[in-house]
Formats: sequence, structure tokens, C-alpha cells
Amino acid sequence: MMQHLLSAADLSSDQALLILDTAAELATVTDRSVKKLPTLRGRTVVNLFFEDSTRTRISFEVAAKRLSADVINFAAKGSSVSKGESLKDTALTLEAMGADAVVIRHGSSGAPHRLAASSWTGCSVINAGDGTHEHPTQALLDAFTLRHHLKDGTGDLTGVSVAIVGDILHSRVARSNVWLLRTLGADVTVVAPPTLLPFGVESWPCAVSYDIDSVLPSVDAIMMLRVQAERMHDSYFPSALEYSRLYGLDAHRFSQMPDHAIVLHPGPMNRGMEISADVADSARSVMVEQVTNGVSVRMAVMYLLLGGKMEGGL
Amino acid sequence: MTLHIEGSQVLRSVRPFGESAVDIVITDGVISNIADPGQGMGSDIVDCADLIALPGFVDLHTHLREPGREDAETILTGSRAAALGGFTCVHAMANTSPVADTAGVVEQVWRRGKDAGLVDVRPVGAVTVGLAGGQLAEIGAMAHSAAAVRVFSDDGKCVNDPLVMRRALEYVKAFGGVVAQHAQDPRLTEEAQMNESELSGRLGLVGWPAVAEESIIARDVLLAEHARSRLHICHVSTAGSVDVIRWAKARGIFVTAEVTPHHLLLTEELVATYDPIYKVNPPLRTQADVMALRAAVADGTIDVIATDHAPHPHEDKDCEWAAAAMGMLGLETAFSIAVHTLVEPGLMDWRTLAERMSIVPARIGQVANQGQDLVVGAPAHITVVDPTARSVIHASQLASKSRNTPFAGMELPGRVVHVFFGGHQTVREGALA
Repeated sequence: MMQHLLSAADLSSDQALLILDTAAELATVTDRSVKKLPTLRGRTVVNLFFEDSTRTRISFEVAAKRLSADVINFAAKGSSVSKGESLKDTALTLEAMGADAVVIRHGSSGAPHRLAASSWTGCSVINAGDGTHEHPTQALLDAFTLRHHLKDGTGDLTGVSVAIVGDILHSRVARSNVWLLRTLGADVTVVAPPTLLPFGVESWPCAVSYDIDSVLPSVDAIMMLRVQAERMHDSYFPSALEYSRLYGLDAHRFSQMPDHAIVLHPGPMNRGMEISADVADSARSVMVEQVTNGVSVRMAVMYLLLGGKMEGGL
Repeated sequence: MTLHIEGSQVLRSVRPFGESAVDIVITDGVISNIADPGQGMGSDIVDCADLIALPGFVDLHTHLREPGREDAETILTGSRAAALGGFTCVHAMANTSPVADTAGVVEQVWRRGKDAGLVDVRPVGAVTVGLAGGQLAEIGAMAHSAAAVRVFSDDGKCVNDPLVMRRALEYVKAFGGVVAQHAQDPRLTEEAQMNESELSGRLGLVGWPAVAEESIIARDVLLAEHARSRLHICHVSTAGSVDVIRWAKARGIFVTAEVTPHHLLLTEELVATYDPIYKVNPPLRTQADVMALRAAVADGTIDVIATDHAPHPHEDKDCEWAAAAMGMLGLETAFSIAVHTLVEPGLMDWRTLAERMSIVPARIGQVANQGQDLVVGAPAHITVVDPTARSVIHASQLASKSRNTPFAGMELPGRVVHVFFGGHQTVREGALA
């Protein structure tokens, strides 16, 4: 295993599978009446959130607490960070307080890399989303969910066809998923209007389409990304309505997908924008399950980074 | 028969432009004699065997930070760095605080440069008030001031309004000035962090597309043609820009261009470290751009090498990428980078290097007495270099007040050994005299 989790693109297939297999075993803890393991007793995990993200922070907090770690939530708003304290000084402070792992969410792409590569801290650094770069634990929980539904919960994702639809340009979820799912053997297609695709996307390890309707009949899973209506003000698309008409997943498009295909969304959803309410609420939409799996995957990451058992699994 | 002249200095057995060895005799600040080796007479003999003499370097693009950011650099510390880099003249960019947009500020910079006494400090005047791009600064007052400003630039910002650019180009004709454009379309580069490429997409950093530079250059060469005025393009960074400039020159447009040492060597791959030491504007580009820039400065499409020396205090680089300042040190490493990227690969000889680093920049900046040939009667601005020496760059050993060099740890060829500024020796054996 490694000291940090900074990028899903860095993970080898073996490393990713170890995390998923560990998460599967740890998931059984969640089903017990006493939902707790003593593994990280006496270890301190800091949730360092420079951006608001209640759901991700809570997921990491629950995961750490189920492993008996002490959890400190350090939200930038209302703290010295909002008074101009630098990332460096914040890191030095947390280091001095004896943190073992820092879970960092930051608006600047690469901030977790900076933290891990600097001499500011010797902690394990877990990237909980950095700018428009990566969100590796989201991709891991998505892979876990896909594997559960489409591969009986074991092995990799060979042969699974996944479409990721929406604002690829600004999405750290898309970046992490494209690389991780490909590493695990899935065939990925990103779907978006050309304005919401990054420059050079044709060199990514995925197919690219501007037409959602052409990909629907062949997908095993479709991942709908949040699209902010405000993007229209920067001329990414003419109007929210046009976006929704051309790329939104409504009941008709849903019916064009194979019967076994599932719908994922990293949340929070814009109902009526990228996804219609009836699709969001359908039995084949797995958003709630993604949240549950998020806890298991984050437990596995912290367990493997901090637990000391590097190779042998549980 | 040469007489022994009291007070004269002799550069013994030095090779001007790497050619046959001679003795260069300096008297009263000018080259008074060029004699066969061992024949020059004087009271101060400087042994220059195997060393090369070049006219003192002239930088068209330096940020000295004073007034306003004396924590990053001062006119004195920047002058020291310049001298150690082999320069005898630097052009101090206008984006100080207050901005160099009045005769008062440019005269202050000019006087502080004279007080430092190590290089000619030529202030660059702002094109527009406060670099805001709206109203023309008092260009005439700066031109007629004691500082006699000839180069005008809003560097750091692009003169984006085409009408303002047209007027500036027209206005500087009254006194033979030149507008130095920082070519960057602001709308195409909002929040930009690095070269727009496959890599920027993968790293999740907002891209700075080549077209944002090239489209402004294309517009401005056409404006310069229409206004029949002189345009200079700062820090050209893309292969496409080279093509546009080559086209403009073939058409007879009065355009000149510069390239920085870092754009001749470094590429965007370094950004994958997210280490802001590599954050610079315009950004590091691709290897194909680097090779096009080298070819262009070799064939003269790009006229000069200019450092864009941009000191920043440590805290502005010791942070996450997006929060970091843009810019790199350049004065003390420029010569070595030029040798490494241009002379050693055989792209240019020493005389051409002198053209790019001294003679042509002095001509563009209209600096009297700088960038002269090494002939009897010329002012003794002379840089003596050792072409074979190699050394490792250490940030802590730089004379600049800042430490933000991207070249730390690199072993580079070429060493500045002695520098004479108007006959006064500013650098001796690689150290300030």
C-alpha cells in the first residue's frame, strides 16, 4: 500500500482491488449492532475542509469513528484559515497536535499533493476532493457500487460499460472515475457538450461522445454529474433548459437503457436539470447505496493507510 | 608603439566573441586600444586566458520590484544580481507600486539605479495609467524626463483595448519609442494556471491557451503596420507566435520579440509536481514550443533573450499552486541557460549570442552607449565569460533578494567571470568586485 491517497489515477489494479476487497469485509461491521472496530484506537484523523461539503465530511467522520479513531473536524470557515492563515501554517499546527492522517478538501487542484510532498507534515494525506482535479474516494465508492451490482461484488470491472455524463470539464469525480474504472477494466465513455469537455480529452483512456442517446442502449451503468445552472453565464451552454433537453436523463432516455443498467450520481442532484425526479427515485438508481458504500470504502482507505497491515489484507 | 598608461586596465589574452586572443585596454571608461596578446600596456592586468569577451548584456525585461515590493527585490539587490549575471544594463518594468506611470516614479527608479552604480537601470514606463488599460499614461512626460524613457509596457497586463493599443503605438512615434506588449487575451485566460493542454485537463488546472497569446500578437502586428510604428512582443512562448512574427517581419512590419531563458529550457511537464516554483506567466509550454523558440532565436525571428526576472518572497511560492505568485528569477542564470540551449547545441555562435543578449536589446531600448561592438572608442561595458566552466545552481547562493529559481540543482555550462561597467569592474572572479 502507500502512505497517501492523492489520486485515483495513481492506483494500480492490485491496490484498487485491495481497497475494494477490504471495504467489502469492513462493510459487514455496518450490519452489526455495535458498529465499531478497535483498529485505529488512539490514532487521530483530521478532516481539513477548505470547502463546504457536509456529506463528504460526515462520511469520512463516520468511517474514522467506526475504526475507533479520534476525529477532529477543521472547517476553514470560521477558523483562522478564513483570516488568511496559509495551508502551510495550518498543516504545521495539525502536525504539532499529533494528527496521523489529514483528510483534505481544497478548492485548489493539487493542494493535497503539495501537503504530501512538503516538509510541513508527516501525516498520511487523503484527498477528499481538490479543485477540478480528483476525488479518489468517490471513484472507489463508485467502483465498489458498480462491482456489487454488475460483478457479484468480486474481482474487477472487465467488460462493464459505463457512461459519465455532464460537466466533465469541472468535475473531479469524472477525472478520478475515468482513470480508476479503466484501471479496473471497465469501458468508459464521457458524454457532454464540447464546451464541457477538457482540452485534450481525446487522449484520456475513454471514449468521448457529444450524444447521450447514442450511448444509452449499450451501457451497464450511467453516472450523471451535477451541472450548475450558473455555467450558462460563462457560455458553456445557452440555457439550463437546452442542457436538460440535450443531456438530461429523463424517463424516456431511461427506458432506452438495458433493463439491468443502473444509475449513479455523486450528489447533490439537480432534479430537473441533469436528472428527472422519476429517474432519480427509480429502483435502479443507487444513490443511497453509494452513500453507504462511501463509508465502507473510506474505512478501508484509512485502515490500509494507517492500520499498518500493508500487504496481507485483514 | 603603445605607451604605458597609468590607470589603464588590460584584459590580457581575451578572445572577443570567441575569436583570436587579444589584449583589450580600457582607459577612462572606453576601449582605448586592442593589441596583440601580451602587448597591451596598463597598470591593472587582468589575466583572461581562454576566456571570451562579449559586450555587457542588456536585459529588456527585468522586475526590480522597487518601489513597493522591497521585500522581494530592490534596485540595489537586483542590480547586484544583474551584474553577476553579466549584465551592464537592465530595463526595470513598470508594474511597481506605485506604478511607473509618471515622470516622478521613473526618475526615482533611474536615480536609485545610478546610486547603486552597478548597471544602467533604464525604467520602462507604463502605457496606461495604473496599468489599467484605459487611459494613456503621461508617456511624453516620461520620455522627456531625466530618465528619458523609450520603452513603454503594461507588462503583467495586456493592453487589451485595440483602440488604446493603436493610440499608444501612434503616440510613441513622436520620440521614437516602442510599445512592449504582454500578449495575453484576458478573457481567454481568466483564472488560467498553466498551459492549456492534455496535461492541464488531467491536472484539473485552468488552461492558458496558446491562442490567447497568438491572437493578440496577430492583432498588434497589424496595428503596428497600420500605425507605421514599432512594436515589441514580450516573452514569446509558443510556436504559433513565432509563425505570426515571422510572417509580420516578412511583410516589413517593425516588430521585434523576446524569449525568456526559462521558455527555452523548461516544459509544462514540471507542473505535474504542483510545485509553484514552476508557475510563471506566460506559462511553461510544450517541448515542441521550446524547440520552435530555440530555432526562432537562432534565425533572428526572435530578436533578443530577455529574462523576465521576477522575484517573489518565499511565502508567495511556499503554498498551494493556485495561491502562488507567477514568476521566476532569471538574471543570474540567463547566460548559462543561453549557452546550454543555444551555443552548446550549435544553434548559434558567440557573436550571435552577443547580438541577442546585448547589441539588439540595446538598440530596441535605444540605450546609448550600451550594446556596442568591442572596438577602440567603444564604451567599456564588457562581460568576460568562461565557456567551459560548469556549475550547479544553488538558490541560496544567488544575490537576488528572492530565491524563486526553477533551475536549482541543475548543472549548467558557462560562467560569468569579470564584468566591466563603463570601465569600472563590477564583478571579479565571479563575485561582486
